[in-house]
Amino acid sequence: MRPDLPDKTHLTMTLEAFADTIVPGEKRFPDDLAVAGAAPGGGAVAAGALELLGDPATGIATELGAFADLLNEHARGYAAEHGLTPDPALPPLVGLSFADRTALVQHLTSPLHPEREIWILVALFSNMAFDTGAHLHTVDAMAAGHPGLAAMGFSRPDADGLWRFPDYSYGRQLADLHPGTTSSGSPA
Amino acid sequence: MTQRNGTESRNGTESVDVLVVGSGFGGAIAAYHLAAGGASVLVLERGPWLEGEDFDHDFKLGASYTRIFDFVVGDGMSLLGGNCVGGGSVVYFAAMPRAPRFVFDRQGSIGRRMWPGSVSRDALNPWYDRVEESLPVTRQDWNDVTYSGGLFAAACAHAGRTANPVPVAIDTGKCTNCNWMMAGCKFDAKRSLLFNYLPAALAHGAQIRPMHEVQKLTRNADGGYRVHYNIIDDSDYRITAGSGSIDAKIIILAAGAGATPVILQRSEPELGTMPHAVGRYFSGNGERLNTAILDEDRVRDLLGLAKSDGVPYAASQVGKGPCVASWDRLDGARPEYTRYSLEQLYFPPGFGTILAQVPDATGPSWFGAEKKEIVRRWQSWLTIFAMTEDDNEGVFGPPPATGNAMRISQQMLGRGPIRYDPTPNTLRGWAMADADVKDIMERDGLSRVMPWTNDVVGAYTVHPLASCRIGDDPATSALDDRHELRGHPGIFVTDGSAVPGALTVNPALTIAALAERAMPGIVAAARARGVNVTYGAPAPDGATSARNAVLPLVPSLVRD
Repeated sequence: MRPDLPDKTHLTMTLEAFADTIVPGEKRFPDDLAVAGAAPGGGAVAAGALELLGDPATGIATELGAFADLLNEHARGYAAEHGLTPDPALPPLVGLSFADRTALVQHLTSPLHPEREIWILVALFSNMAFDTGAHLHTVDAMAAGHPGLAAMGFSRPDADGLWRFPDYSYGRQLADLHPGTTSSGSPA
Repeated sequence: MTQRNGTESRNGTESVDVLVVGSGFGGAIAAYHLAAGGASVLVLERGPWLEGEDFDHDFKLGASYTRIFDFVVGDGMSLLGGNCVGGGSVVYFAAMPRAPRFVFDRQGSIGRRMWPGSVSRDALNPWYDRVEESLPVTRQDWNDVTYSGGLFAAACAHAGRTANPVPVAIDTGKCTNCNWMMAGCKFDAKRSLLFNYLPAALAHGAQIRPMHEVQKLTRNADGGYRVHYNIIDDSDYRITAGSGSIDAKIIILAAGAGATPVILQRSEPELGTMPHAVGRYFSGNGERLNTAILDEDRVRDLLGLAKSDGVPYAASQVGKGPCVASWDRLDGARPEYTRYSLEQLYFPPGFGTILAQVPDATGPSWFGAEKKEIVRRWQSWLTIFAMTEDDNEGVFGPPPATGNAMRISQQMLGRGPIRYDPTPNTLRGWAMADADVKDIMERDGLSRVMPWTNDVVGAYTVHPLASCRIGDDPATSALDDRHELRGHPGIFVTDGSAVPGALTVNPALTIAALAERAMPGIVAAARARGVNVTYGAPAPDGATSARNAVLPLVPSLVRD
């Protein structure tokens, strides 16, 4: 690894590479190494995965350093097993291609992997960063153009920050009722 | 006898007539009837006490949805349940169908009828009536049905199926179709227990203490029980802020099917041997989810649907949970394990997106670039919920140190002791339901469908059941047909854990009806223990027609 970079950067880059494997996004800047650029638009990293993982509410914030070390250990093993020679200046996970990161994460989260619960947990929060922006108040996330909520087309709230959908129904019968329906609307 | 409307101290330990563990359907109904009948009643609830203005439209960790939900990941099964005053009624979608008649004749894994001989659909109907009057439950018409419900109905009709608006405990006049029901209803439209049984219980002198998590029970020399609890920190549920104990003559356990057996298991060293069925025969209500990704052009061309803005659908965010169900496979003539309902459903992002799988994935199906592509089409998703007949194959391992799980996050997320290894019967039912959803939703290119993966958090249920169930056979049921724990007189269980097995429909109304049915017997047991209490309270709002209808049934529910 590059000795000129502090450990924190290695940790951050490693977790970013993991989160970017869960919900990939476009590179944030031309020489972005952690984000592989495997999908258009912002991914989990741009959506705030590192902020969410670092939120004490998740219960894993204090474990992230250990998780990053473990990920890099697995990445080192993966590289050796597949005859890869990733850039030694980078954290091993970051040195893998997107396809190799994906293969490694599939392995780590597979039903029989002994550490699967850890990696599924990190994957869940990486996903939540994109799908819900759970480190932010949702009205603030919407106002800031949160990339995940925007990509999903999550609609904007009313001015008071609450959602209401006055237009919600096709307003007509669209199927025959089951012949066994009771008078209170239950199955017979 | 203790003082009405209060508690008294005995040897420094607080004492009540009836202590209720949990404030969901099983707890709230018991608290109401016993308090209205004259007993001193205390409800201990592990979660917070929130009301309309406290409920947030907000995904941020720490907002109401993480405070009032409990998500326990087990081995092969994850459970989603309520964690607040009002329990599941606060976080659920308020779909309230009665269970179909054949359900009560199910044999399940034991080779003979698993329900008590005294309980059938006909026997339960007057108690269903009581709950429907009390909440109340109402029929929806097609004008109440949301776009997603209407879309499912139209797809069912296109496939030659029927589809029904489901009965609900929702005031549709107040509902804004915001689809934040899982975070609690901001608009007081959901008729949760916060609006009926619980305020009525309070009016009759019952007390509710939130953030009180019961750990275990011990027996007192007088035949009563001592309830030992921890006080949970308001924001970090992993922190114990105190502890205490309270004595009671009667215990109502209603902590939910994911917690009631754990409390009993933890109590076993001091209470004595538990019935074999405590913590066994757990059912996830056979639940299974599929996500359909709609082709909007096909929605318009095949089904003739268009919203007022001209767009055919693209409205997964709009609504109020499930509005329409297809009951064509709820046919008692079909063999067991082949009967199920299919229901249009909504889950918010997070819960509702992580387990959805990419159709025809070339790489991983639940994460990665292809997954991101389908998530971008989220507004065109339709989630279909199957409730099948599982095999009661869930078993609880040794209890965790406290609560029902080792809590991981400050709120909501924990690792629990449930193990669930689906049997071929369960797997076949899921496969049939999946194939049926595919047949309906992929017909003529309407959408692409994939079931949610079970490889991430195992199978999952929002309706945990049967982990401490009623029955006639002491070997396979923990409770007699009056809901009393075998071998431990004075302890009653009235929550979803008492339901013998999967119901093929949303279970809340059945859980509540069973709790209502259990009340005369519990009142009689309390009287036998010296509590001055009577049975016969009207509905919480004073309505009496359903109460009057059940009064002739009461003698049959009281132990000789």
